Amino acid sequence: MTSISLKSVPLTALFGIVVITGFLLTGLFADLLAPFAETEIVGMEFEPWGGDYLLGTDNLGRDMLSRLIFGARNSIGIALATTVLAFTIGTALGLLASVLGGLTDQALSRLVDMLIAIPSLVFALLLLSIFGTSILMLVLIIAMLEMTRVFRLSRAVAMNVVVMDYVEAVRLRGEGLGWLVRREILPNIMAPLVAEFGLRFCFVFLAISALSFLGLGIQPPTADWGSMVRDNAALITFGDITPLLPAGCIALLTVSINFVVDWMLHRASGLKD
Amino acid sequence: MTLHPLVSMILHRLALGLLTLFAISLFIFFAIELLPGDLAEEVLGQSATPETVEAFRRELGLDQPAMLRYFNWLGGVVRGDFGTSLANGRDIAELLAGRFANTLFLAIYAAAIAVPLSITLGLLAALYRGSWFDRAVNILTLTSISFPEYFVAYILLLYFSVTWGLFPSIADFGSDADLSTMLFRTFLPALTLVLVVTAHMMRMTRAAIINLLAQPYIEMARLKGASPVRVILRHALPNALAPIVNVVALNLAYLVTGVVIVEVVFVYPGLGQLMVDSVAKRDIPVVQACCLIFAGIYILLNLGADVLAIATNPRLMHRK
Amino acid sequence: MSDTLLTIRDLRIEGRQGDIWQPIIKCVDLDLRRGEVLGLIGESGAGKSTLGLAAMGYSRDGTRISQGSVTFDGMDLLGMSERRRRGLRGKRIAYVAQSAAAYFNPAHRLIDQYAEAPTSIHRLIPRGQAEQEAREIYAQLRLPNPDEIGFRYPHQVSGGQLQRAMTAMAMSCKPDLIIFDEPTTALDVTTQIEVLGAIRDVVRELGTAAIYITHDLAVVAQMADRIKILLRGEEVEEQPTRDMLAAPKEEYSRSLWAVRSFTSEEKSAPASDEVPVIRVRNVTAEYVRGAPVLDDVSFDIHAGHTVAVVGESGSGKSTTARAITGLLPPVAGAIELDGAALPAQLAARSKDELRQVQMIYQSADTALNPKQTIREIIGRPIRFYLGLRGKAQEEKIRELLSAIELEPDQFIDRYPAALSGGQKQRIGIARALAAEPRFIICDEVTSALDQLVAEGILRLLKRLQEERGLAYMFITHDLATVKAIADYVVVMQKGRVVEQGPKGQMFSPPHHPYTKLLLSSVPEMDPDWLDTTIQDRKKG
Repeated sequence: MTSISLKSVPLTALFGIVVITGFLLTGLFADLLAPFAETEIVGMEFEPWGGDYLLGTDNLGRDMLSRLIFGARNSIGIALATTVLAFTIGTALGLLASVLGGLTDQALSRLVDMLIAIPSLVFALLLLSIFGTSILMLVLIIAMLEMTRVFRLSRAVAMNVVVMDYVEAVRLRGEGLGWLVRREILPNIMAPLVAEFGLRFCFVFLAISALSFLGLGIQPPTADWGSMVRDNAALITFGDITPLLPAGCIALLTVSINFVVDWMLHRASGLKD
Repeated sequence: MTLHPLVSMILHRLALGLLTLFAISLFIFFAIELLPGDLAEEVLGQSATPETVEAFRRELGLDQPAMLRYFNWLGGVVRGDFGTSLANGRDIAELLAGRFANTLFLAIYAAAIAVPLSITLGLLAALYRGSWFDRAVNILTLTSISFPEYFVAYILLLYFSVTWGLFPSIADFGSDADLSTMLFRTFLPALTLVLVVTAHMMRMTRAAIINLLAQPYIEMARLKGASPVRVILRHALPNALAPIVNVVALNLAYLVTGVVIVEVVFVYPGLGQLMVDSVAKRDIPVVQACCLIFAGIYILLNLGADVLAIATNPRLMHRK
Repeated sequence: MSDTLLTIRDLRIEGRQGDIWQPIIKCVDLDLRRGEVLGLIGESGAGKSTLGLAAMGYSRDGTRISQGSVTFDGMDLLGMSERRRRGLRGKRIAYVAQSAAAYFNPAHRLIDQYAEAPTSIHRLIPRGQAEQEAREIYAQLRLPNPDEIGFRYPHQVSGGQLQRAMTAMAMSCKPDLIIFDEPTTALDVTTQIEVLGAIRDVVRELGTAAIYITHDLAVVAQMADRIKILLRGEEVEEQPTRDMLAAPKEEYSRSLWAVRSFTSEEKSAPASDEVPVIRVRNVTAEYVRGAPVLDDVSFDIHAGHTVAVVGESGSGKSTTARAITGLLPPVAGAIELDGAALPAQLAARSKDELRQVQMIYQSADTALNPKQTIREIIGRPIRFYLGLRGKAQEEKIRELLSAIELEPDQFIDRYPAALSGGQKQRIGIARALAAEPRFIICDEVTSALDQLVAEGILRLLKRLQEERGLAYMFITHDLATVKAIADYVVVMQKGRVVEQGPKGQMFSPPHHPYTKLLLSSVPEMDPDWLDTTIQDRKKG
């Protein structure tokens, strides 16, 4: 069951895996791949495609292709860090709530209910207006918002395991919390959590890029796909598709992740019966 | 006095909603207190002299205790008075009124198309699950929910407005436009929103129905000779209403609160754009007001979904 | 009109496992005359339900009919269009399922679901007539308030009533054939007898033919004219009911009968001054304040003895176990271990106190962590309680595996998913033994198992008790199990102990009225048992 033959992977998922790998490698080796430096002004503003600048230059005369490549590192890196943070906190609290139950569960669940009752983009805007826009703030704020969703899911799936007789047997044995969580519960909820990680990453990635697009996320001169759309948006009214390139990169990556997650979920549900 | 269980449950949810709104208002107000300095210092910046900061503080009432300011603010909000903008000194309530109407108009426009469309598509996909239609819809909607809104918006803008010149790229219709002009001028933002929310609602509708198809009572319906259409509409749908209503409410809430991006792309004078501008200008009273209104709508819609879900559940409607 | 209603020839059905199709039914023939009742019996996995559904030309998702023919009243069920098949289903062939609570749509009232087939789907009669007929048939099935019960939702009606309402629904188009798929298995014994009686009378009066699927020989003896036995998708034998009961031909059929005869000698009562291993003393427990689920429960369990706690669902037998283990601390009374009071709360008990009380669960599927190997599952309590590691731990695991009659080399590295139901249950026993306890609670440990497998588990438990002097508390609703293993019996009803005493005394009169009802409700092999018992009850 663990070995997956390449043939059984659907085309969409295969496509997704290839694209995700491509983007990750691009991000990792951005220094080697990019023809120019991230913030270097190399030519005139809005130079057309071709010649020295394969995809032209942006609103300040920086090389578009190089910025797209560095954008892969920055945009994906920041979103990944945020997702990891959201997951660590959300899963830890979710497990705690499900295992301890009672007051701990009540308190955490009500708190999360309240946080979820505020639409997250609005919430993020409020916090950014108060604390100002810096990458650290952005990561912390989005992580806190997404943490609530991770909490709900991990609590729900852990609850399904906690009611099992083998967990009762372990409690009756007198085992501590650490054993219960690490050895009995976590191994049984990994599959849904991994799928959720993919979906959460997409949400985080889209949320940060939306804020950047609004000029409230990742700040210049850092190359970032969301802000690059904003910087070059004016071109669209002249029928130039350059601003669609960074937007397309975002779309391509999230589509790919969704394809892979969709396949994973389908497999998991298929294995049940 | 005994109330019908439905009535008492609605009252219970209503109280819970009000409580949440109250908690959010507390949060919105006191989040600012977390700043190292205060609002006056933040707004005026490093270069301001202590005297100007002090004067500004008095003007904002910051010399009073936070608790008192909170209740003054809340009292004002309840009466419809949100204070004045820091950026231009205008009355916030006035500033919001017109824009709020615009945002609602766009949301209703999009919802009127998206809700019936997505539920129909969801039911069809569930009925013909596994067919080429289902697979195509699956890939299309998966793609659509993965796209950033501005990507969809710019593609539509590029083709419908720039290339083909069918619809205007700027969605501002002025104050005295008639309905058909309004619908025409806001067609592109509405279409963007429809594309974004339809995919999500349709997928959830399909999933909610298909989840139920493994239920024994669905097998029973088939063994009674019911046709596939009858199985879906009469046996699965009534039991899937609660999750469908929920996801519709969630998307309606999104249409009101998440339209920020679309409003910015199409330069539409709605509440979202106002909020973004105010965040950039750090016009905090306006941000607070927008935030409270958005939260209120969000809670109201969720409340509506809860009540509908209860009303469609015979276990809750008809007690033992 | 020919006398034959249903003919199945050379039927093969396959089920998908991953990418491979595995046979479920291998070449089965079946004949049914009008008005005849055929009993279909076999253990789980024998393919009974699959065969029953195939008689309607229906195969579940993930299964397919790969070969053979099903002829219903001269029509080829498998060859005709799906639309025509739908026209027969519900109208001329109907289905009654095991769990009525799951097979009724929670969103519609009983009467709407009754009327759906005759009015909306098959358009035989107008709605008013359907409602009138529903009332009549509800009355015939002895449902309370037949005029209004139809206007309730499924969740407002009890399990036994729902099962009868489902039989009524199957009757709504006056079908020629009804498939009954374990219709009383999920019910308590005292409810089962009423439903059995009601179903049989209606089937007889209307002259409907039926295929009655069950794993319970005594039940099928009451219901069927003929009995067909299935084993792993193949027919073992078929005979008229009385012949089958009197003289089964095949080895397998005889083994099914033999299970019932397993009993053990009752041990002599312990000396009056012997301190019991476990004493439950005047325990009262509640989940909600003021609503006790256990009310003043007392009994003793001695070393080397088995106490069976018997009762129907909701009687408080599992709650008693929760009170003993400390999961539900009593509000009054106490649990004593070897004469010393155990702390009421689980968290307050010492490691040694925890070690002494072990538990084996009903469903071996949920009792073993699917992500741990047998070595980890059994090894952990050995290390936790006895402090053994490395080689000593490994030896102990192997010793335990041998004790539960599983070959260590073959099983030690397996995951639970690679075990059969009986093997899983044995691992559950080994895990309990690993703590070297003095007392084990066995919660319905055999009720999810087939009879032959269950018997093996009972013999194993008996042997381990003799070797190790263990005290058992056996929670069960099955009186055959009680007869097989108990020394002492506690009968519970609604959280109270209604009667207790040594086994011999409990199974012979005079009885407490509830014990009598319970004993007399257990079906017996005698085909006349149902008639006699119902007659007796009417008199008494």
